[in-house]
Amino acid sequence: MMTNTVYPALVVIAPLLTALFCSGFSWVEKRICYPVAGAGLLVATYSAFRVLLEVLAEGTVQYRMAGWAPPFGIEFRIDLLNALVLLVVAAISLVNLVASHRFVIRDMDDRSGTFYAIYLLFVTGLLGVVATGDLFNLYVLLEITSLTSYAQIAMGDPDRGPLASLNYVFIGVIGASFYLLGVGYIYIKTGSLNMVDVASILPALQDSSAILIAFIFCMIGVWIKMALFPLHIWLPNAYTYAPLPASRVIAPLMTKVMVYVMIRLMLTVFGLDYIFEKLDIAKAVVWLSTAAILAGGVMALAQRDIKKMAAYIIVSEIGYMVGGAWLGNKIGMTGSILHIMNDAVMTFALFLAAGNLAFKLGDVRFKNLENSFAKMPWTMTGFVLAGFSIIGVPPTCGFFSKWYLVLGGIEAGAYHFVAALIISSLICAVLFFRIFEIGFFSGESHGRDHGHSAGPEMAEAPVSMLIPLGITSIFLIGLGLYSGVIVNRIIHPFLG
Amino acid sequence: MKFAAFLIVSLCGGLLLYATADLPAWGDPNSPAGTHLSPHYIEKALEETDVPNLVTAVLADYRGYDTMFETAVVFCAGLACLLLLRDYTRKKGSFYRHIPTGVVIHFKENRKNPPKSREFEHMDKEWVPYDLIMKTVCRILIPFIQLYALYVVAHGDFSPGGGFQGGVIFGSSLILLAISYNLRTVMDRIKERVLGFLCVLGVLVYTGIGVLCMIPGGNFLDYSKLAVFLPVDPGHVRALGMLGVEIGVGIAVMAVMVVIYVNIASEGRHDEGL
Amino acid sequence: MSDIITIVVAKYNYWLYIILMMIGLYAMIAKNNLVKKLVGMNIFQTAIILFYVSIGYKKDATIPIIENAHGGHGNTAHAIHAADYINPLPHVLMLTAIVVSVATLGVALALAVKIYQRYQTLEEDEIRMRLTENRLAENNK
Repeated sequence: MMTNTVYPALVVIAPLLTALFCSGFSWVEKRICYPVAGAGLLVATYSAFRVLLEVLAEGTVQYRMAGWAPPFGIEFRIDLLNALVLLVVAAISLVNLVASHRFVIRDMDDRSGTFYAIYLLFVTGLLGVVATGDLFNLYVLLEITSLTSYAQIAMGDPDRGPLASLNYVFIGVIGASFYLLGVGYIYIKTGSLNMVDVASILPALQDSSAILIAFIFCMIGVWIKMALFPLHIWLPNAYTYAPLPASRVIAPLMTKVMVYVMIRLMLTVFGLDYIFEKLDIAKAVVWLSTAAILAGGVMALAQRDIKKMAAYIIVSEIGYMVGGAWLGNKIGMTGSILHIMNDAVMTFALFLAAGNLAFKLGDVRFKNLENSFAKMPWTMTGFVLAGFSIIGVPPTCGFFSKWYLVLGGIEAGAYHFVAALIISSLICAVLFFRIFEIGFFSGESHGRDHGHSAGPEMAEAPVSMLIPLGITSIFLIGLGLYSGVIVNRIIHPFLG
Repeated sequence: MKFAAFLIVSLCGGLLLYATADLPAWGDPNSPAGTHLSPHYIEKALEETDVPNLVTAVLADYRGYDTMFETAVVFCAGLACLLLLRDYTRKKGSFYRHIPTGVVIHFKENRKNPPKSREFEHMDKEWVPYDLIMKTVCRILIPFIQLYALYVVAHGDFSPGGGFQGGVIFGSSLILLAISYNLRTVMDRIKERVLGFLCVLGVLVYTGIGVLCMIPGGNFLDYSKLAVFLPVDPGHVRALGMLGVEIGVGIAVMAVMVVIYVNIASEGRHDEGL
Repeated sequence: MSDIITIVVAKYNYWLYIILMMIGLYAMIAKNNLVKKLVGMNIFQTAIILFYVSIGYKKDATIPIIENAHGGHGNTAHAIHAADYINPLPHVLMLTAIVVSVATLGVALALAVKIYQRYQTLEEDEIRMRLTENRLAENNK
């Protein structure tokens, strides 16, 4: 349906414009930047919400950039999947902006305006990647997200940040270039760049080896960018040494958006027929994701720092989503899409809590966490909820998507995948209960020896950080309770 | 490592070579790429946009949304260099050279208002006397380079050229100035803040024109709707919209080139780095 | 044998870009010096640009600028034939890709400068050695 509203364009333009204003104001009056950035993301979130409502009411929304009809111009083609991911991305980046304000003031006050501009451009890129219906436009926006994330990551730890970021540059460029090459092969065989147009030409070219190579290179490119297991080497360092305001939004969103891109390529561009009937690689990919789940979990066990542990948990979660999408049945795909949303929210909650801890404790190595429950009860409540969700304890949202993935695995007969999901839950349980134990018990015995049984004082994070964590935690449970509605209203109609 | 690299490279190369068999021969006019979209662009673009340079027409109009983000990518790179490298700590001490005699004075403490006169010149520790021939040749060349850059921007609709190319040429003329004189000469002429504003201004012009098109009810970047604001022949409005956009691109690219050069060459200190 | 040669000659543009691209990829993976890696990265990206530009070429066609278009829009003296002009779209796409690769190079160089400021070297193995030394010193504390 052609839309007459401006909301689809506004989702992307509002953060872009405010990024420009932030950058301009950073030379004049830095304090304006924060409210301007907030206003931009608020508009984007509201627009994403309106777009979702519109899509729910009237079906797929098309917005023609510059007024040209596709395939000659670029169009936004927003269906239920895009709309859902758009809303998640916009909302999370808005909440993170509020939660990070104190961090930015403390750590990089002299360049806060530029930082906000980069942050907004990053969000613009993510939103654009999700909204666009053009293969090449997706590449350009992907490069915006990549460039801004390189810059943000290098702002972190002065020792390791730039190095981690440069390694990310090398691998990220390979990933993006492979995607570009794949698009080139699609273009040379079809002559088109519009996703829907390409999809209408491709069925006649199913036997073409060039299309096969295009598919392989697109997938490898996307996998590098989302850090699927053997290609994940850049992720842990990049996310660990990034400054918290940045890593909290890069970690949950960047990888999820890339999973979205993979699903979009599979469903809309190449088509399930081609992938599951013509090619015989689905089983291999499910095995790969099984390996990713287990390897991510095992490597997470070896870490002594919450940020690095969370980074490896992400590696493992990527395995969930890729595996679910490649199971080749509707339940698996449902689980995968639901997990994009749930995992974004729960890793975000985990990073928010880690950020609060780091704000008060300096860093988040395990040995620093002693008595954290007594010192920061609210933060730790959020942390526990995020942990439960990642483990998959009902009624938090993590349980439901995992449930669909397990059902999908059983239906496809991929018992190794099911087993990996369950083992991974156990590993996560070990991971989190180990931290809970440190937070609850350690250190108290020393206090008793001295006869001061009053315990440590409360040293809770500032309210502007607690409220975002509270909201996110409520969503962890809310999304869990309403996951039936989300599946029935959004995901099933989308999958048809 | 070398062996692993060789393995990966030969695997990728092998895969790509395997697919070449399926690709159309070089220059084949009947390849899908040449028959699906491009005939429309070639045959209709002049009629629809009134711009004879088809690359410009596709770049700034049919795929104008792409190009806006391309400008944003450049802007990102400039911001990233600024964010990563710019060193705001002030160095202690400053050097002044008495031009007629060549005597260098070193102030150990920073003064608020360094003496400014024709006889004294502010300089850095790594100062090298500049070459007379280079200085003179560049002084003659730079205005012409800049004029040519403006021509390339303005004439991008009709001949090869456009905002990116013109912007790069203009930026390189300033970089040439920095190389032949010194960095401080450039930074005295264009203040850092002005460069920052120019970066923003360029992208803002592009986005602003896009938003302007939305006011009369058009889609984003739909230049034909600019007819409301511009009292010209409606058939020519798209070409004017493209020109405006290209000017924005030129400004942004020019400013970002200088920002990147200045920050990398001096490691963010904005003194004579190289 | 002659068949293969004709195929290669007809499609030599693909062979060239693949060889260039693999040189770049090899340098990115195997080289030890960070700046050499950056050079490899640039070769890699340029190879893809060459690939795209070669898609746009058509035999016996000229650059995509319509001739005799001055004065009056659309009313050119002769009709425009698609076969006379090369395909403009790949050129447009590659203008974007060039800009992206320049921007990436700029950011990567900035990062390299930052690394050099910290470690006074750009050799990867030396940096890694320095890092392990730091970690050992920290553990001993």
